[in-house]
This record gives sequence, structure tokens and C-alpha cells, in this order.
Amino acid sequence: MTLAEMLQDYTIQNVVAGAALLGLVSGVLGSFAVLRRQSLLGDTMSHAALPGVCLGFIIAGTRDIGSILAGALLTGALAALVMLMLTRLSRLKTDAGLGITLSTFFAMGVVLLTHIQGMNNASQGGLDAFLFGQAAATLRSDLWIMGGITLIALTLVAALWKEFKLVSFDAEFAASLGLPVVWLETLLTVMVALAVVVGLQMVGVVLMAAMVIAPAVAARQWSHRLEGMVLLAALIGVAGGIFGALLSALSRGLATGPLIILSVSAVVLVSLTLAPERGFAWEAVRRWHARRRLRYQQVLTTLYRLAMHHDDPGFPSEQGMLDTYHGLRTRGVLRQLARRGLAEWRPGPPDEPGPPRRWVLTSAGIAEAERVLDRLGQEET
Amino acid sequence: MTQSLHEPKLALHVEDLTVSYHSKPVLWDIDFDVPPGVMAGIVGPNGAGKSTLIKSVLGLVPTVAGHVTLHGRPYKAQRRRVGYVPQRSSVDWDFPTTALDVVTMGLYGRLGWLRRPGRREREEAMAALELVGMQDYAGRQISQLSGGQQQRVFLARALVQQADVYFLDEPMAGVDATTERAIVDILRRLRDEGKTVIVVHHDLQTVRSYFDWLLILNVRVIAQGPVREVYTADNLKRAYGGQIALLDEAAFVERNDAARAAEAPR
Repeated sequence: MTLAEMLQDYTIQNVVAGAALLGLVSGVLGSFAVLRRQSLLGDTMSHAALPGVCLGFIIAGTRDIGSILAGALLTGALAALVMLMLTRLSRLKTDAGLGITLSTFFAMGVVLLTHIQGMNNASQGGLDAFLFGQAAATLRSDLWIMGGITLIALTLVAALWKEFKLVSFDAEFAASLGLPVVWLETLLTVMVALAVVVGLQMVGVVLMAAMVIAPAVAARQWSHRLEGMVLLAALIGVAGGIFGALLSALSRGLATGPLIILSVSAVVLVSLTLAPERGFAWEAVRRWHARRRLRYQQVLTTLYRLAMHHDDPGFPSEQGMLDTYHGLRTRGVLRQLARRGLAEWRPGPPDEPGPPRRWVLTSAGIAEAERVLDRLGQEET
Repeated sequence: MTQSLHEPKLALHVEDLTVSYHSKPVLWDIDFDVPPGVMAGIVGPNGAGKSTLIKSVLGLVPTVAGHVTLHGRPYKAQRRRVGYVPQRSSVDWDFPTTALDVVTMGLYGRLGWLRRPGRREREEAMAALELVGMQDYAGRQISQLSGGQQQRVFLARALVQQADVYFLDEPMAGVDATTERAIVDILRRLRDEGKTVIVVHHDLQTVRSYFDWLLILNVRVIAQGPVREVYTADNLKRAYGGQIALLDEAAFVERNDAARAAEAPR
């Protein structure tokens, strides 16, 4: 199947559009979740959506998407509430509260799921797809629900942009200005629950948290502004969603949800490594440069000190001496100094035994060494 | 709406304030008054409830009992007249935003819902950054600023609030000497304009030279009033207990007003 043919396929159209919507909403809301250090709350809520999915099915009696998503939203939000109560009212720390809530709700979900499967109801087919997602089952009508949720979330974020920004950065100051901080934080949390609900069908409860966290983490690496980060996270989410969906359509039999997550995770990996200023590679290059500069300055000042010690600015130093002093071969550094005109490789005095050529600082080299020493002296005081 | 004012002559009036955490009192029966136009310090040992006092005045932590008025009215009615500088360590400085943007946040209360900061707000924020000597860092990502620079940005954010009463939580903690001097100069200027400045402070050495009003706190009020009367070895001993032995008593208690001169720029 060529790309053009694929895009005309009804099922693939649905899947791609759904994945794009999911990437959009989870990228935007995930940015706030990550900045508020609530990435794991997304994980808890997505796992806690499973009992809601099952309850929705039991109440509706069929695989009705509306009641299933409503149930998911309900138990997801309930889990967030339980977690908040646990940490507020008991001495439990946040991570323990999250862990307990996640596993309890998920266990209830699995129990309900096996109960439904035991009922031998013909219409229960594929309810367990909510565990890991089943993108191919996405219907046009599901897209309308996902689109609606996305629209509501994006509108709220646009309308309350500065309030959300301030609450995420400095909730205390926001409260001192009279902003309803508790309401705003609750709204942000509920919206993450909505994003989770959007993704349930596509990527499932187990992997959904990655969809919330990954685009935001990747985007943070490249942008220093909240505006830029949120836009980029949305873009990464959409691109990852579409790419994963197309990839799974190309290679028959591979699950869409996990491929979407892997696509987004690849962007995270690249961002963590290569992003300017924040990436590993960037950091490594910076350290390498710093080390080189340090060695270069050290050899320069050693030449200078030797010259001063001998009361002779033109004192010729033997390379063996420099190697010994620094405990490493200084030839490369000395050549670099020579290239910059700070030192010269000169024949030694003709009447002296020893190596025929030695290193001498030029006047520019002496000035540079004095400058370096001056600066070091300043830093010490 | 006319409402009778309660203690209108005081910039800050705190009466019978009690705050508890897990049923343990953090602040007990606090009565604390600050007249307008002074620079007041709040000192006390760790865990004395200094920050909690400020936060409960601003309605950020729930109180068990007591009431607070600012210039005669409760805080809720006086929000626009109050500026707040939280502890620098209370926020994540890796947040993706710029110095100018943080200062602009001080105007969000005045802007109200749905309105975005425009050119006028940016200009006001820029002017505040200039006041604290940070105009060259306006576009800088806040994680790239030093501790002292971050503190100045926080101060600028409070300055744009154009308040009458300023609350600052340990503004001098972990900043360099230059920044400390700059902050003190700005606070003095505010006081000289008739504003009231209330500072949680940790360094006893500088109490005499910085403040003209003082509250010594250790869960209860130990002493309060003009610095001259309150800053005594006896009061400090009562507040700090054994910890006072760790401090060089002679260095701060017996310093008289001559110390003020010694504080002049070196």
C-alpha cells in the first residue's frame, strides 16, 4: 500500500486523525502537568480509569463509548481526589500516595474486567483492548468526542493562560493576588484526566501516561518560554501520533498505541541528548572545551612561572620538564600555543648540551599569561 | 458600602492569631501591630513561625483563631494595597520563563480575568527591573540568573504591585553582599515614601542597622516595638534560648548606634 492509498483508507484516516488529536491535547496539558511535577498523577489517573471503563460498560450493557469514557473520567478524577486526601490527611508522602492509589484502582479494574469476561456477554468483545489500546477500533463518532474534549481543553488553556502560568510557577503568590488557586489547580488536574480519557482507546491505560509526559519533557529541552514549550509539545505530540499511526498501518499486525509511544519517546531521547544547553551531548562538548582551555592556560602559566623563576622572560623550557610537571604529554597544547603566537619552538643556546630546540614564550604569550594569572587572582579574592 | 474601620491607624494589626499544623500550635495567640511608614523586622529561631505569620496574614494558611486588618480592613478587601515577596526557594527556577515575564506576574491581579499583559504592563515591569538594576537581564531565562539576581527579580515583581504594605520572606537569604545592599536601599526608599515594609529576617547582626521596628517571635510574641527598646540581650535569650550561646553576644547586642556608621559602604 502506498502512502496515498493509505490516506484514503477509512480506518487509517480515523486512526491518524485520532492519534493527532490525542497528541495535541496531551502535549498541551502534559506541559502543565510536568511543570507542576504531576507527571505521575497522570499515570495514576490513567490506570484508575480502568474500573471506570468496566463500570461504564456494566451500566450501559454494551460497549457504548460515551458511558465508558464518562466512567473513566469519573474514576480517574476520583483517584486523583483520593490521592490528594491521602497526602493531606495522613502523613503519607506524595509518591507513596500515588503508588497506593494507582495499584488499588488498577486492581479493582482488572477484577471488574475479568468479571465481565466471565459473564459471557457477546458484546463485551474487546473491552480488554482498553489495557493496551486498540486504535483500529476508532470510529468516526469517537473522533467527534475526542475533538470536542480537545477543543474544550484548548479553549480553557487559551482563556486562562496567564492564570495557569502563574499557578504552575508560584501558587503562593497567585493566592496572595486573590486567584482561586485550588480551583485552577483542580481544573488543570481534571483536564489531564480528560486527556487521559481521550487516549484510552488509542494507547490504553497502561501506556497513556507516557503520552502526557513525553512530549512535554522533549519540548522543555528546546524552549525557554512556556509559550514555546506548549506549542512544541503539541507539535511533538501530533507528529508522534501521526507517525506512529502510519507506521503501524504500514507494518501489518504491529500495535498502534505502543508505536505512537515509541515515536514520541524517540523524540525525547534525541531531545535529551542533543538539545542546546540542556542536552547530554551539549554538556559533554562544553566540558571538553573547558578542560582543553584549562590545560592550555595551565601550560601557558607554567612557562611563565619558569621564566619568572629564572628572571629571564626568554627562558627556554625543555619539553620533558613541562611533560613531567603536568604528568601528561604537553606537545599538543604547546603546538596550539605556538599557532596562536604565544610561544615559539626555538633552537636552544648552541653551547648547551640537551635537546637542540626548546619552548620560549613570545611577548604576546607573556601578556596573555599575566592576564590569566590576574583573572585567577581576582577569582580567589 | 460603608464599613467601620478596625484600628485604621495601624498599617498591620494582628489580634489573637493562632495557627496550628497537625493540632500542634505553630503560632500561639499573636498580637502584633505595625504603624505605617516603618521598616519592620521579624526575627526568631528556626521553626518560630516567622514565615507562617506572614502567610497567615496574607490568607495563605488557614488560621484557627484571631483576625488581621491592614489599614483598618481585612486582607481580602486590601489585596491591591499589598505586595508580597515569597521565599526564593519556594519556586522552581527551572520554570521556562524570563525575568521580565516573572515581574509582569505582579500585575496579574490588577489585570483581571481574560486580559493579557500588553505594552503598558511590559513597560511597568521593565521600569521595576530598572529599579533593582536588572534591566539588562529582562530577556534572560530565570534559571540562568544567580541567586541574588533571582531575588531582585522577585523584589521587582512586588514593586510593580505599587502596594502600601510590603511583606518579604527572607529576602536576604543566600544573596551576595551587593544584592543585599541594593535590596536594603530599595526597601528604605519605600519606607521613606511612607510605605510599610515588613521583613522576615534571619541575620541578627544586621537587625539594628536595617530596621526601625521589630518583632521577636518564637511561636508566641516575645517582644515587639521600636528596635531600640526591643533588641535587648534579655529578649533574644528568651527567644533563642540555648542557641544564643552559639552567637557572639558582644558582636550584636552591645552594638550601639555607632554601628550604623560602620555599616556604610566599605
